[in-house]
Amino acid sequence: MAGRATCPDLRREDCAMKDIGLVTDLYRSELSRFERQVAGTTPAWMQQLRQAAGARFADLGFPTTHHEEWTHTDVTSIVEIPFTPAGRRPDIAKAELESVVSWVGPVHQLTFVNGHFSSSLSSLKLLPHGVIAESLADSCTIVPNLLEPHLGRYAQHKDHAFVALNTAFLKDGAFIYLPPKMVVEEPILVMFVSCPNGKATISHPRVLIVAGPSSRAAVLESYVGLKDDLYFTNAVTELVLGEEAELDHHLLQQESQAAYHIATLAVHQGRRSRFTSHSLAIGSALDRSEVRALLADEGITCTLRGVYAATGRQHVDIHTRIEHAKPRCMSQQLYKGILSGHASGVFNGRILVRQDAHKTDARQTNNNLLLSEHAAIHTTPQLEIFADDVKCTHGATVGQLDRDVLFYLRSRGIDLENARRLMTHVFGGELIRLITHEMIRNRFTELLSQWTSHTYSESLTA
Amino acid sequence: MPDPILEIRDLHAATAGKEILRGLNLTVRAGEVQAIMGPNASGKSTLAYVLAGREGYEVTAGTVRYEGKDLLIMPPEERAREGLFLAFQYPIEIPGMTTLHFLKAALNTIRKHRGLEELDAIDFLALVKERAHLLDVDADFLNRPVNAGFSGGEKKRNEILQMAFLDPKLAILDETDSGLDIDALKIVARGVNVMRSQDRAMLLITHYQRLLNFVVPDYVHVLLNGRIVKSGGKELALTVEERGYGWLEEPHARISEEKTAP
Repeated sequence: MAGRATCPDLRREDCAMKDIGLVTDLYRSELSRFERQVAGTTPAWMQQLRQAAGARFADLGFPTTHHEEWTHTDVTSIVEIPFTPAGRRPDIAKAELESVVSWVGPVHQLTFVNGHFSSSLSSLKLLPHGVIAESLADSCTIVPNLLEPHLGRYAQHKDHAFVALNTAFLKDGAFIYLPPKMVVEEPILVMFVSCPNGKATISHPRVLIVAGPSSRAAVLESYVGLKDDLYFTNAVTELVLGEEAELDHHLLQQESQAAYHIATLAVHQGRRSRFTSHSLAIGSALDRSEVRALLADEGITCTLRGVYAATGRQHVDIHTRIEHAKPRCMSQQLYKGILSGHASGVFNGRILVRQDAHKTDARQTNNNLLLSEHAAIHTTPQLEIFADDVKCTHGATVGQLDRDVLFYLRSRGIDLENARRLMTHVFGGELIRLITHEMIRNRFTELLSQWTSHTYSESLTA
Repeated sequence: MPDPILEIRDLHAATAGKEILRGLNLTVRAGEVQAIMGPNASGKSTLAYVLAGREGYEVTAGTVRYEGKDLLIMPPEERAREGLFLAFQYPIEIPGMTTLHFLKAALNTIRKHRGLEELDAIDFLALVKERAHLLDVDADFLNRPVNAGFSGGEKKRNEILQMAFLDPKLAILDETDSGLDIDALKIVARGVNVMRSQDRAMLLITHYQRLLNFVVPDYVHVLLNGRIVKSGGKELALTVEERGYGWLEEPHARISEEKTAP
């Protein structure tokens, strides 16, 4: 399909809340307290970055549903709950962690508890020489020259209040660096565990991954809540791929059922690089996850695959934005949603094809399964095409379980409830099957299976 | 004479508000293979679906007893667990679920119901191989999604393998022979012949006589306008092949608009 699609004007600034003053004041005082704490412990450029972001946050304020990008996601609760910064906790017991994250085999793992790096829960022994996978704060002192050119460059805080807020509190996080031509076969794990101990806390996880030219690696970024705690995770991940780099990124959102999770993944791809992302979102009361990928040079492949599953009164919102800036790039998005109970979902997939980007091949598919009459999904494709000679396709479906398939399963002895459960699992499992790393694939499969079993047993007792 | 497995008495059934079966009677005993022949729209598939319990088919009168129990009150899964198997005329595709996963879920549910232990992955695979060998079919499709992208012949082969696998007491094959080339037809016939046993009954629903070149039925019935109008031995199939269905039309019956057998 070639041609121009009309686009809504998104430049309009329409996000300032009238009564935001008080709230912003709260964050502002937290910020100045934070600045006093970290004064002198971080390089000057980082301090400047924080200050610029802090000022921008004060200008923007939190978005309201009048903001075009936030129409279906109301963050009033986040604004109203007085979240306080999550303190460093004495390291939680490994056993407690293992009850929610049953990893098998030795892996490179960085663990953060309430946003703070925990060396005792991390394991970095197996990393090849030259690869860095460290706390961002430490790396900043040791290899500042590797961070400075990238940190804060891809996740723009200018138009995004939550990115601005995260950046304003920037101090620690995960830093992964792959030297040119480096291949790391085993996935690197970055886990953010929230364990607020009764208080409503906020943390601002930050991840920066720099994949040098022709390097190859896989990363799993996971967000985990241990109990039904109330907290707010405001995460930002920046990812830059050098020429011909290959990165398999996996995202697991397994926050507590009461938590708020807002995350932005900003990807910057160089010439002929290949980026693949697999996500699974099953936790949190409210999840807003954005992926912004800039295909900045020629011959790039960008693949985003995601499964989101929500039940009860959960709300999940996926916003993607893929920008084709140069010719001959390919992007593919496939997202699947499973919504049960009174859950609501949003999928907004935006493809932007710049004037130069001829021979673009961009595809987007969003399929949704509604398991209850009270569940809802808003799905919107947004195509903005300013180049000729491009191939852009999009499709969205919303449906129920196929009656013919259910009958087929029942005719083979499987009862209706199990047939539904199997079909629901299969719907999401189809995407998870495409994950090439066995350990991650098995874990995602297991979690989705648990989710479906739990959701059906819940609907039976309701 | 063994007790009947299936006893259908004066069965009337409708779908989409239209009466299709109009007083059908049939008795099938263990060890028997019976064939039901009939032109399009005579009610063959409706009979199969009513017996398997598909939604959208309403029984308006009559009874169906399965091993002496009321079949019509059982949900489809219970019928399957009690040993009723339907080989679908149009097997359903399940993208995303491997045939292996599907078969394992089905078999273990049925085994559990029969008080047998569930099979683990290794025993399960051994059983698949044994059955596949017995039927002389290739089991290479096990890791492919159920029926997705299968040819017509492969889908039917899959149905026959499932039948061999689930070991039913009553197998109903709904036009399993339709649209098959001679090799695929032989696989289906072999499946029926291998599965034929003293403890099992089989009902072959077919449009054409050609399957009956390879499977010799004990009885042949002709279904016309929702009723069995003629029953006989295997030679009835040959007569139908020769003369078509027209001569069996009741004098006052509606003239079928459908094409009769060639």
